[in-house]
Amino acid sequence: MEYIIIIISAIFVNNIVLNKFLGICPFIGVSGKIETAIGMSGAVLFVMTIATLVTYLIQNYILIPFGIVYMQTITFILVIATLVQLVEIILKKVSPSLYQALGIFLPLITTNCAVLGVAIMAGQQDLNLMESIVFAIANSIGFGLALILFAGLREHLELADVPAPMRGVPIAFVVAGLLAMAFMGFAGIV
Amino acid sequence: MNQLKNFTKGFIKENPVFALFLGLCPTLGVTTTAINGMGMGLATTFVLLMSNVVVSLIKNFIPDKVRIPSFIVIIASFVTIVELTMQAFVPALFEALGLFIPLIVVNCLVLGRAEAFASKNKLLSSAIDGLGMGLGFTFALTLLGSVREILGSGSIFGLKFIDGDGMLIFILSPGAFIALGYLIVIINKLSKKGA
Amino acid sequence: MSKKDSNLKNMFIALLVITFVASASLGGIYELTKEPIAAAKLEKKNNAIRQVIPEFDNSPTDNVYKEAIDGDTLYFYPGMKGEEPVGTAVETFTNLGFSGEIKVMVGFLPDGTINDVAVLEHEETPGLGDKMERKKSDWSVQFQGKNPETFLLSVKKDGGDVDAITASTISSRAFCDAVARAYDTFKRINDNK
Repeated sequence: MEYIIIIISAIFVNNIVLNKFLGICPFIGVSGKIETAIGMSGAVLFVMTIATLVTYLIQNYILIPFGIVYMQTITFILVIATLVQLVEIILKKVSPSLYQALGIFLPLITTNCAVLGVAIMAGQQDLNLMESIVFAIANSIGFGLALILFAGLREHLELADVPAPMRGVPIAFVVAGLLAMAFMGFAGIV
Repeated sequence: MNQLKNFTKGFIKENPVFALFLGLCPTLGVTTTAINGMGMGLATTFVLLMSNVVVSLIKNFIPDKVRIPSFIVIIASFVTIVELTMQAFVPALFEALGLFIPLIVVNCLVLGRAEAFASKNKLLSSAIDGLGMGLGFTFALTLLGSVREILGSGSIFGLKFIDGDGMLIFILSPGAFIALGYLIVIINKLSKKGA
Repeated sequence: MSKKDSNLKNMFIALLVITFVASASLGGIYELTKEPIAAAKLEKKNNAIRQVIPEFDNSPTDNVYKEAIDGDTLYFYPGMKGEEPVGTAVETFTNLGFSGEIKVMVGFLPDGTINDVAVLEHEETPGLGDKMERKKSDWSVQFQGKNPETFLLSVKKDGGDVDAITASTISSRAFCDAVARAYDTFKRINDNK
C-alpha cells in the first residue's frame, strides 16, 4: 500500500477517535485544555509508534512462527504497559513540568484502546515493518488532531450558555458527534 | 456495604457508562444494534467477574509493586479465553464485535475494578461487585444499542418494524456520540428524580 | 494475612507463577477450541460457495486453487457433481470501495456465465453502498445469469450494462471491479487449460 494512502486514511478518513472509536477515555478526559491535549498527543505518538514496532516484531518473529498467535492479546498489552512505564521514567527526568501536567493520564495510556487497537490493526492489515511504523505515526497524528480540535471546541464550550443538565460530558459528546460528522466528509478520498 | 447494595450499585448510581464514564470505547464502537451491545456487555461481564474473583483470591500473594502487570496478565488471559470461545461457538457475533473483544483488556472498567475493589475485598464481595458492574455495563450497552438500532435501522433485536431505512446517522459514528450524550442526560435526570 | 513484601525475589516469583498459569490455561483452551474455530471458518466459506454455484457434492475447499493478481490472491473453488463440473466459485476483491476493501464471491458456470454473487466482506456506508448485500436489497440480482462477454461489467454511467446503486456509484463501480477481476482471471485460466 502506498504510504500516502495509509497516512491520509489514518488521519482523516478512518480517524482513530472519530471513526474507529478508539481512545475515547483520554479524548473525554484530557481534552479540557489545548496544552494538555498537545502533551498527551505527544506521549501517545511516542508510545504508539514504538509499541507498534515492537509488537510487529513479536508477531512476525515469535507468535506466527511458533503458532501461538492466541498469545497476541497478552504479549501486546504487556509490551505497552512496559513502554508506558519507560516513558514515565524518561519524562520525569527530561520534562518534569509536562510530567506533572499529564498527571494520572500518563499511566492511563496503557489502557488507551487506541494504542493496543493500532498495534492489532497493523497486524490484521498485514502491513510490513515500514508500513506499520507509518501507520502508527499517522494514527497518532489523527488522534492528536481529533484531541486538539476537540480541546479547542471544549474551551469555547466552557464560555457558552449550556443548559444545566447538558453541561460537561453530555454536551461534549454531542459536539464530538458533530465533529465526527464533519470528518465523515473525508470519506471516499482514498 | 451489604451484598444487595453491592450488586445493584452498578445499574444506576455507579453505572460504569452513565455515571463513571468508564469503558466508553466499546460503548460507542459496538452499539449499532441491541444484540451487539448485549453480546459485548456479557463478554465483558464474564471477564470482569472472573478477573475480580482471581484477583481477590490471590491478592495476598501479589507484591504491591507488580500488582498492575499481574492484574493485566490475569485480565488478558480471560479476554483471550472469551476470544477463543466466541470464535468457536458464536462466530457471527465474534465477527460483529471484531476488534473490540481483545480491547476488553484495556477497558478501564475491568482494570479499575480489579485495582479499586477486588484487590481490597473478600471473594464474595468482589465477585458480586464484578457481576453487578458488568451487568450495569451490559444494561448501558444494550440500551444504547437499542436506541441506535430503533432510530437508525427501524428494528429491535433484528426484528424490523418499518419498511426501508431509519435515520442512518445513528448507526454511523456521529450518531453514537450524540445518542450517548443525550442518554447520559436522560438517565442522570431520571436517577436524580428517583434518588 | 498481610501482603507479600515487594522484594525482587517475591516480585519475580509472583509474575512467573501468574504468567505460567496463564499461558498453560490459554494453551489448553486453544487446543480445545482449535477445531470448532476451524470448522466455523470452513462453514462460513462453504455457505458463501453454496450461495453462488449450483448444487455440488464434492468439497470445493479441498480442491481450491489460487492465482496471484494485482498484489493479492484470488481463490477458485470448483464445484462438482460426480465427475461433472457444475461451476466455480471465485473469491475476489476490490480496493476501490468507498470505505476500503470489498470481498465478493462470484459463482461462474463452466461456460463463464455468472450464476450468482455474494458479498463476503465490506465496510460500505449503511443505507447506501451496503445495498450490495443481498439481504439489504435485490440490487445484486441483476448479475444472475449474465455472461460478461455480452453483459459489460461496468456501471451504465461508464458505458457498461450494470445499474448502479442510487447515490452509490463508487460502491457500485468497486463491485463491478471485483466481479470483472474474477471473470478475467477465470477466463484466462480456462483458456489456458
